Amino acid sequence: MRRQALPAITSMLALTLLLGILYPLLITGIGQLAFPGNSNGQQVHVDGKLIGSKEIGQQFTDLVYKHGKVEMSDGEPVTKPDPRYFQTRPSGTVPADNAAATEFANLGPNDLSTKRAIQANIKAYLALNRPYDPGLTVAKIPVDAVDTSASGIDPDISPANAWIQAHRIAAVRHLSLATVMSEISKYTGGRGLGFSGDPSVNVLELNLALNRISKGTT
Amino acid sequence: MTFTGWVTIFGFAILLTLLALPFGRYLAVVYTGGRTWLDPMLGPVERGLYRIMRVAPAEGQDWKQYAKSLILFSLAGWLLLYLILRTQTLWDFTGLNPLHYHSMPWNVAFNTTSSFLTNTNWQYYGGETTLSYFSQMAGLTVQNFASAAVGICVAIALIRGIIGRSGKSLGNFWSDLIRTCLYVLLPLSILIALVLIFQGSIQNFTTYLHVSGLTSGGAQTIAMGPVASQEAIKMLGTNGGGFFNVNSAHPFENPTGFTNLFMMLVVLLIPAALVFAYGRMCERPRQGYAIYSTMMLMFLGAAIVCYIAEAHGSPAQHAAGLHTGVIAGSGGGNLEGKEQRFGIAGSALFDVVTTVTSCGAVNSALESFTGIGGAVPFANLSASEVIFGGVGTGLYSILLYVLLAVFLGGLMVGRTPEYLGKKIEAREIKLVVLGLLLTPLAALFSTALATAGRAGRASISAVGAGPQGFSETLYAYLSQANNNGSAFAGYTGFIQPNAGNLGSHGVTFADLVGGFTMLFARYGPILFALAIAGSLAGKRVSPPGLGTMRTDNPTFVVLLIGVIVLVGALTFFPALLLGPIVQGLTGHLYS
Repeated sequence: MRRQALPAITSMLALTLLLGILYPLLITGIGQLAFPGNSNGQQVHVDGKLIGSKEIGQQFTDLVYKHGKVEMSDGEPVTKPDPRYFQTRPSGTVPADNAAATEFANLGPNDLSTKRAIQANIKAYLALNRPYDPGLTVAKIPVDAVDTSASGIDPDISPANAWIQAHRIAAVRHLSLATVMSEISKYTGGRGLGFSGDPSVNVLELNLALNRISKGTT
Repeated sequence: MTFTGWVTIFGFAILLTLLALPFGRYLAVVYTGGRTWLDPMLGPVERGLYRIMRVAPAEGQDWKQYAKSLILFSLAGWLLLYLILRTQTLWDFTGLNPLHYHSMPWNVAFNTTSSFLTNTNWQYYGGETTLSYFSQMAGLTVQNFASAAVGICVAIALIRGIIGRSGKSLGNFWSDLIRTCLYVLLPLSILIALVLIFQGSIQNFTTYLHVSGLTSGGAQTIAMGPVASQEAIKMLGTNGGGFFNVNSAHPFENPTGFTNLFMMLVVLLIPAALVFAYGRMCERPRQGYAIYSTMMLMFLGAAIVCYIAEAHGSPAQHAAGLHTGVIAGSGGGNLEGKEQRFGIAGSALFDVVTTVTSCGAVNSALESFTGIGGAVPFANLSASEVIFGGVGTGLYSILLYVLLAVFLGGLMVGRTPEYLGKKIEAREIKLVVLGLLLTPLAALFSTALATAGRAGRASISAVGAGPQGFSETLYAYLSQANNNGSAFAGYTGFIQPNAGNLGSHGVTFADLVGGFTMLFARYGPILFALAIAGSLAGKRVSPPGLGTMRTDNPTFVVLLIGVIVLVGALTFFPALLLGPIVQGLTGHLYS
């Protein structure tokens, strides 16, 4: 037994050193040298301020003030979507788009609660967008706009979702619909190898581009 | 459904085959002690390790010695990992615990340790709210490698038993272990990690980022860490334990549509290549092709069903008035709990890839899959991880099914069954059947225990109404017994009010039953597989005669599929009826 116990312990310690310490250090070293942007999460700075990561979905919402104080509900601040910005997908984290504690929404396919959650999302989406796109009906809403994402921090929306929101953005920012549409196509990623995955629009990049275009006009 | 969706599924199958064929040849060289092009670099490291461990790599071990080494190695790993998880705060001096997280509660640590030891990677905890970078690296990453290597060792030992010409030796566990880590897992992991970083995965030791956002409501904290290095072996070793709570749905773990495809290939690479390696090692490549065909047919069947079901959408979506068909600019389908960049096909296929293997990584919320789409992972788990299966475990498990099929075929034609010239006798068949029944037994017993009492029901989430609650429970123990690790994530074993483990506690029943289920269903079948290997190793090879049943033709493939489906269906059908099948057959919504 002892003859076998010794290699069991020494091999486990040696492998811990090799695979648990040296290997991650090696990858970190190469990653930080060769791809520093990616290794640190594609951080975006605007005017010297760290405003987000291109890879992580964030909320484009404004805090709601009541009697000069931020209104709270269940310990989280109440927010409302900022109509000047494209909105990300519904998120299952608390608060929404919480990139420090991700979780699935776990809404079952046959649950009443799922139907209610989707209906609430539909209502909010219509309230935000129908004033600018009168022809918008429930049946025309793309699924990504009202179904919760998996990660809760999905940085992307579908092109169809962006095209609907474009009406609102154009009106609020006083831009032509064509300008907004062309910005959307600029930030629409293709499929991997031409077939893997779905085309998706990076919301943060798109919003940043619009800010650059309409600087001074809004 | 879209054309590109179908291209994803079938293109994936073709790419996998093209990659696995040459890699299978490489594996055969590694495990027959041949020289590889990595020898000049890794040879000195390998010999150095043997010297530290004081083992003679050429010394053959019989099945009992091989098993003893394997168990002792696993025991050492279990103790070390448990210690690391329970002493998380002690390692603050390394600077790798930037948020000063406290240690895991004992019951969750028991479950997590057993989980990573057994290649299950079932996670009751969320990585970014529970573990320090040190625990992830020195603890979990190491077991990701080690558990994968142990699985491969058992498969190689069983192959040596089947092809052994005389004697009792199954090879040397220590040599197999070290060679697997050095020549297979480490170089590939380095390569995969770099591809991931190139595509957008992160790899750093900085503290979590505070970002201000573009609007007043946009401020967030973003979790960081050495993700790519762990992600690589998580997929390559069919481990599946995510760095982050949402696993491969997290943009830092799986940043693009390309990485989604790439990671699926990485998961199946070794399980598929080992089958070809087996064909080469027994000098009958057609045996490997026959097993590969069996696996691929069942795999494609599962992928097709899952894709169609998910593209159709869910009853809840339709009840809310959504149109789930394809429109311009949107793929439609049941996108609840799925990421936009992967789409329906990329999510459905990923789900099948990770549940046929013991990977268990998820890039979408299984709980939100449609009834039929969600029944696919159930069916995959019910087939006991033989459709490619885990690294090593898949091959040794399907070889047990092969022996069973040979035996049944022998009964049908009325001859003594033999496989590759070796007679399959009562002793082997008894071991095979026992080995195959352990996993379902563990799964069903634990599920029964968990649904019968209040202690088990405490883990069912509030949204788990009606059959969904039963599905959650069954899936939890099915997944843990099969060492898979994917979850209908509503089932909980860890209550964590705040990040960092202060004031958090485990659900002792779920943690302990789950932990013992994983250990029992991992090491039990391993011992039986090694015993069968030992029993076969000493048998004489008789030349094939006229009446010998061939095991490398389509007839045998059909027989093998039949046996796998029959055993899986007979064992699990009643339980599946109560959960996923009820959900799949009804448009009714439960509250």
